[in-house]
Amino acid sequence: MTHLPRRLFLKNTLATAVLVGVGSTGLFRPGWALAAEWPKDAFAAKQLDEAIRAVFGPGPLSPSTAVKLRVPTQAENSAQVQIQVLAEMPDVEAIAVFVEKNPSPLVAHASFAGAQGFFSARMKMGQTSDVVAVVKAGGKLYTAKQNVKVTVGGCGG
Amino acid sequence: MADIDTKIRTKTQGGVTDVLVLVSHPMETGQRPDPKDKNKKVPAHYIQKLNFSLNGKEIASTDLGPAVSKDPLIGIKLKGVKPGDKIKVTWSDNQGQSGSGEATAG
Repeated sequence: MTHLPRRLFLKNTLATAVLVGVGSTGLFRPGWALAAEWPKDAFAAKQLDEAIRAVFGPGPLSPSTAVKLRVPTQAENSAQVQIQVLAEMPDVEAIAVFVEKNPSPLVAHASFAGAQGFFSARMKMGQTSDVVAVVKAGGKLYTAKQNVKVTVGGCGG
Repeated sequence: MADIDTKIRTKTQGGVTDVLVLVSHPMETGQRPDPKDKNKKVPAHYIQKLNFSLNGKEIASTDLGPAVSKDPLIGIKLKGVKPGDKIKVTWSDNQGQSGSGEATAG
């Protein structure tokens, strides 16, 4: 009998802990909701066109020299290919990077609300392929691409 | 799981601040065979979302796929950052892990 209050106490604290847990995850949600959900379909797309449409929706793509895509012409390490995209137009809303011949072409997608039109990362490439950058600025889509040669065997140079 | 390290480096030059984030994350694609058992594959484990905020306001949000390299190094550029401004990065991966890092612009 002496243990009963203790048990009750434990039961109550546990219940409160669960409630607090639920409450705090609820509190964290709004922060994440600001950004759109991770675009599962776009990352699952197997074709370049399909992936671009899944990210940006329909709309003409115009090649532009204002999109500066910096990638090596020959990748010495296909697991670490440095990529930089610089969009020199105003009102850049988003930048996405695709590797045409990867199993899933979409590598990464960045959307901006106050940051400059720039994105850099390192990516994996399965084989020699075109690397495509798509920039959304002022509601229009601009693109630039470059072929990157992947030397299997690691004797690049 | 051990804590995953999130490092941020900022450098301001000519009014433009470079923000570089390095997360020590395996970025497993789910296609690599398990080194111990060839019939199995190492389960996918990669960062999906990585968001940047400046003084608490979200300024850039990135969606990453498994094609981003191991230990992702992601860079963006900001304008008009003042010394003392707080740059925060939060990320979450496909296995429900998350992490964050914060830096003060110098």
